[in-house]
Amino acid sequence: MGTVPSALKHCLSYQHLLKEQLWIGEPPAAAHPAQEPQASGLPEYIKIVEVGPRDGLQNEKVLVPTDIKIELINQLSKTGLPAIEVTSFVSSKWVPQMADHKEVMRGIERHPGVQYPVLTPNLQGFHSAIAAGATEVSVFGAASESFSKMNINCSIEESIEKFEEVAKSARNMNIPVRGYVSCALGCPYEGNIVPDKVAEVSKRLYGMGCYEISLGDTIGVGTPGSMKKMLEAVMKEIPLSALAVHCHDTYGQALANILTAIQMGVAVVDSSVAGLGGCPYAKGATGNVATEDVIYMLNGLGINTGVNLDGVMEAGNFICTALNKKTNSKVAQASFNTGTIN
Amino acid sequence: AYPKRVKVVEVGPRDGLQNEKNVVPTPVKINLINMLSETGLQVIEATSFVSPKWVPQMADHTEVMQGINKLPGISYPVLTPNLKGFQAAVAAGAREVSIFGAASEQFTRKNINCSIEESLERFDEVMKAARAASIPVRGYVSCVLGCPYEGKISAAKVAEVSKKMYSMGCYEISLGDTIGVGTPGSMREMLTVVMKEVPVGALAVHCHDTYGQALANILVALQMGVSVVDASVAGLGGCPYAQGASGNVATEDLVYMLNGLGIHTGVDLQKLMDTGTFICNALNRRTNSKVSQASCRL
Repeated sequence: MGTVPSALKHCLSYQHLLKEQLWIGEPPAAAHPAQEPQASGLPEYIKIVEVGPRDGLQNEKVLVPTDIKIELINQLSKTGLPAIEVTSFVSSKWVPQMADHKEVMRGIERHPGVQYPVLTPNLQGFHSAIAAGATEVSVFGAASESFSKMNINCSIEESIEKFEEVAKSARNMNIPVRGYVSCALGCPYEGNIVPDKVAEVSKRLYGMGCYEISLGDTIGVGTPGSMKKMLEAVMKEIPLSALAVHCHDTYGQALANILTAIQMGVAVVDSSVAGLGGCPYAKGATGNVATEDVIYMLNGLGINTGVNLDGVMEAGNFICTALNKKTNSKVAQASFNTGTIN
Repeated sequence: AYPKRVKVVEVGPRDGLQNEKNVVPTPVKINLINMLSETGLQVIEATSFVSPKWVPQMADHTEVMQGINKLPGISYPVLTPNLKGFQAAVAAGAREVSIFGAASEQFTRKNINCSIEESLERFDEVMKAARAASIPVRGYVSCVLGCPYEGKISAAKVAEVSKKMYSMGCYEISLGDTIGVGTPGSMREMLTVVMKEVPVGALAVHCHDTYGQALANILVALQMGVSVVDASVAGLGGCPYAQGASGNVATEDLVYMLNGLGIHTGVDLQKLMDTGTFICNALNRRTNSKVSQASCRL
């Protein structure tokens, strides 16, 4: 309750707060991707899947030139992120933001130990992706018939058939496939989604060979209550180690939902640098949860991610400058404005 | 397991408005509090009886206190940093007061120009007078998960200050993550230690969302049995230590989460959002509540 200027002058700089203050929790020395629970019952290691360059940029108003995309991905590759979703091999008629998929795929630096999955909605996209050098692909299902119809103009069953073609080709070529289930906690058209439906679609994707199923709260309406119920249903069908959560922060619930998921043993979390990507169903609202904010939380829980928070913040700063927008990451907002900046 | 009911303590009119750049006129403050009184909230922190030299935004404390509709069943606590403020508050009709301690020596020194020990001595005067007048006192402990000057704060220190304030007679201790640096990890660690000294039924959490951690921190507190949570409508109130950063967690976002957990709050979310819209228009600013920002048809 003092006056603002003198408080700002005397308090610690953000570097001091972030780097030297131990309340954030010391991350374990080496990266052990072990799934044994800590004394707290939480995973010791969590894999962060960075979706900013694809899910993020696809849902931003401003189109970004190819060289900026490549630079963003290259910066992210240096942060320790184990997986970076780079682009989408979908018709540029539908998703103009991803029209440069081949150039991006061919232009990025491929760091050892980092996966660079791409979206492939059908066999044609899959072949195109492989020709451009992709070594991992993703397919997108949904737990809502209406969403499936509105989004990709076919029923859930028809979409599964398309994905099965992709999965078969992928298996022949030893290409891993990641499956996404959208609308896992609610649908912009149908409203409530029954957890058993999510489990059913997940099971189909897992059964066709997807090594991991990312459960997406597409419109961010989920809460720790609905997250728990949905995961309980899905965990009856899919092993925990094959599950990931993809939370949107449209209602501010993402970190609480992610915490709930990791308390239940989920050890893979999707996020987007700077919280790139708005919500196409709620004008002006936010979408993806910010990678920086997730890592801050996981660091504080003593969970290892292998990711350098400063590096992600720098990449976030880079892309926000290029997009001429403010970051959606609260950690980044606070850090660039606290006390003195180096 | 989660508590079945959570008491939401609305701090927007005081903590929120005090930390906003723009000052609102008295009638707007009164209208804000009156609208909040219609939402089902049971506790609304109305103002602060502190010298206007230090906190000009709260200069109209007497007019606000006398001007609001005081609905039965709702408590309207006010801040009273010392005996003088307490007496002015009671004269203006206050029937509950709050005092603010801190778990950091440097923060106390910079904020109110004395040591923690000296601040508690000042509060003792307020406690005595409050007891004599049968006025309940709520105690706040600032910097429980980190300090902008000292950095790391030991959980033992938080427990020590909390225990002192509780034994002085505060009926509730609100533990404040003043700069929002806390995480579910540090929240759990701090509460574990504090709960050895103060019963969980007398604890509240006051989380700032400066690093986006507030709801996750609150979730952990609830899991540990805390059932009183402070929040600010529309997330009013920035952080004086991080320019442009956010401060208080938004009441709307908190209530949304509690509803999703099936926890009873008695708060009408729509009326709360309408109140947030009102005060944001008056302040000429966008809401900090994500629930308010979103407009999905669900």
